[in-house]
Amino acid sequence: MTGPLQEHSYSTAIRSGFEYLLDNHAEVFVIGQGLWSPWYVGDTMTDFDKKYGVDRIIDTPVSEAACTGAAVGAALAGMRPIVVHPRMDFMLYAMDAIVNQAAKWSHMVGGQASPGLTVRGIINRGGEQGAQHSQALHAWFAHVPGLRVVMPATVADARDLLIAAVLSPDPVMFIDDRWLYAQTDALPAPGPVNLAHQCPRVIRAGGDVTLAGSGHATLLASQAADELERQGISAEVVDLRVLNPFDATVVVESVRRTGRLVVVDSGWSNAGFAAEVIARVSEQLDPGVLRSRPIRVTLPDAPAPGTIVLERRYYPTAETVVAAVTRSLEAPAPV
Amino acid sequence: MDKAMTASLIDLRESRSDMPSTRSLGALTDPEAFHSPVDVTALSNDVSLAMLQDMVRIRLAEQKLAANKRDRVIGGPVHLGVGQEAIAVGVSSALRPTDRVFGAHRSHSHLLALGADLRRFFAEVLGRDTGLSRGMGGSQHLWDQPSGFYGSVPIVAGTVPLAVGAGLAAKMQQSGDVAVAYFGDGACEEGVVHESLNLARTLDAPVIFVVENNLFASHMHISLRQPLESTARFAVANDVPYAVVDGNNVAAVAAAAAELTGNARVGGGPRFIEAVTYRWYGHVDWREDIDVGVNRSQDDVQNWRLRDPVQRLFGGMLAAGHCSPDRLEQITEELGSIVDAAWELALQDPYPGNAALMDRVFAGGDQ
Repeated sequence: MTGPLQEHSYSTAIRSGFEYLLDNHAEVFVIGQGLWSPWYVGDTMTDFDKKYGVDRIIDTPVSEAACTGAAVGAALAGMRPIVVHPRMDFMLYAMDAIVNQAAKWSHMVGGQASPGLTVRGIINRGGEQGAQHSQALHAWFAHVPGLRVVMPATVADARDLLIAAVLSPDPVMFIDDRWLYAQTDALPAPGPVNLAHQCPRVIRAGGDVTLAGSGHATLLASQAADELERQGISAEVVDLRVLNPFDATVVVESVRRTGRLVVVDSGWSNAGFAAEVIARVSEQLDPGVLRSRPIRVTLPDAPAPGTIVLERRYYPTAETVVAAVTRSLEAPAPV
Repeated sequence: MDKAMTASLIDLRESRSDMPSTRSLGALTDPEAFHSPVDVTALSNDVSLAMLQDMVRIRLAEQKLAANKRDRVIGGPVHLGVGQEAIAVGVSSALRPTDRVFGAHRSHSHLLALGADLRRFFAEVLGRDTGLSRGMGGSQHLWDQPSGFYGSVPIVAGTVPLAVGAGLAAKMQQSGDVAVAYFGDGACEEGVVHESLNLARTLDAPVIFVVENNLFASHMHISLRQPLESTARFAVANDVPYAVVDGNNVAAVAAAAAELTGNARVGGGPRFIEAVTYRWYGHVDWREDIDVGVNRSQDDVQNWRLRDPVQRLFGGMLAAGHCSPDRLEQITEELGSIVDAAWELALQDPYPGNAALMDRVFAGGDQ
């Protein structure tokens, strides 16, 4: 793409993605709670109700299940709906529509119809909001066949994976994270993006250790890599980006070169997505290629606490990742 | 003469807070009422004959499934609506192929009344590649979007919000189409149904909610599950105009459907039809479920069989001179042969290939 670059934050990049889709595709509409308010979706959709009208930007009753199901039905009827859930936590009311209906529809009807809706779930946590305003549930949804799951970490992906998700004929969950909204970058003009061609990507080359993550975890990995570089350690950062279907090739090839793996994840440890990354690497690399045990940096297996002192213990930081890399480098090679 | 026959068969009113009918269905739930022939004066000869044929065809197809399930030719469960045929046939008379119809686990009639191919329907129940869902769905995941049947799924009330969305899409597309959500009295206990009524009314989505109230959810009678027996109270609660009808009177169902669907097509928003009926077989498969702890007696079943939608329509057609006395027998024989032939063809059809397992997970190309 040519033309001047435009400064964006992660959040205005999302807005730019919506704008591109709404401007170029009459069948796109947006439905969800809080779309007409400045509170619920940050500055990712500012003034859209004024620009596109309230019949196309629909702020809804407090009915996650019906609104998500309606998006599935509208998609089957030829529209491209984006259903927005200001928090993944509340999106859980819509599990049937997402997991039983949207994800399985194509398979159940022999591939003859596919509800190509986009379900946007926002991770919104910290600030002492507590357990039910905190969750990153990408592992659950990545587990479901038929549901594509994308988790943008960069400003460019915040826009481009949204475009790819909406243009895909498949149901796609798009997971963005409020803790990424302040990231900035300069982007070229938007254009169509093919989701089937997207996969994990090396966003920083390095030779001593592979850091893999998605969403906010990728940011932590990048920040850790900066600090590690000051310590003379060269970390390669792999941004996972597309969690279902998950193509681990880039991660595997990275670990083949570095011999060390630290996976950073925004979810809990048990049965989380970091486990899948490590499983794939273990399956595809011969014993001995890994020079030390793989390490996961995740939330502890507890609900999010409501008090700031425990929040500080709960959420991993760049320092947590640096400490994990240090352990990875100090550990003796397995016999 | 049957007093109930003089009662209004169609109760079409804008919803108001003083609606008495939403506390009780009155004679509609009395097994000994509503046995008399259907008044066909509003129907032409051709239309009444077509409706009779549709109901008979649907019944014969379902009875074919019952027999083959009993004989273990069919593997998966079949939830049969024998006795309930007038609802699908009556509603479908107001529909067109661009409408968006969604169903549930007991949706064979909803599909067949739209003109779906009988052989492809049988092939689907048998899991064959020639089936309506390419053998991937069976009896509970049917599809025939070209005829207007967008899909059925067994999660109770699972497709109700989908119908709201398909109706909303029709409004956005300015097509004049409507969506239809078929569900039962049991489904009315799912929260998403109430969300869907509220949402449809708030967004003025052209969706027709059709409740087939057959008084049972699996093994439980409605009196054990809800404080009141009329599900139309949920329409009132959400300011949705509604009708309560004798679901075994195809003319009454058709008239209600025509009026309400007509309203919805021109921007009137959602509508609701409660059609009272009864299933002759049990919840699933072919038995009558008399003696399995279900609150249902042989007397009840026999009385409800006297409210047979097929016999009542035929009786009305005879009374109005629409056909000769041997016509029903003729139709049954003709359609019986057609049903048999379709079944025999479907039995020979191939199963899906192994690639179907993984190839149909995504539409947009796998990575």
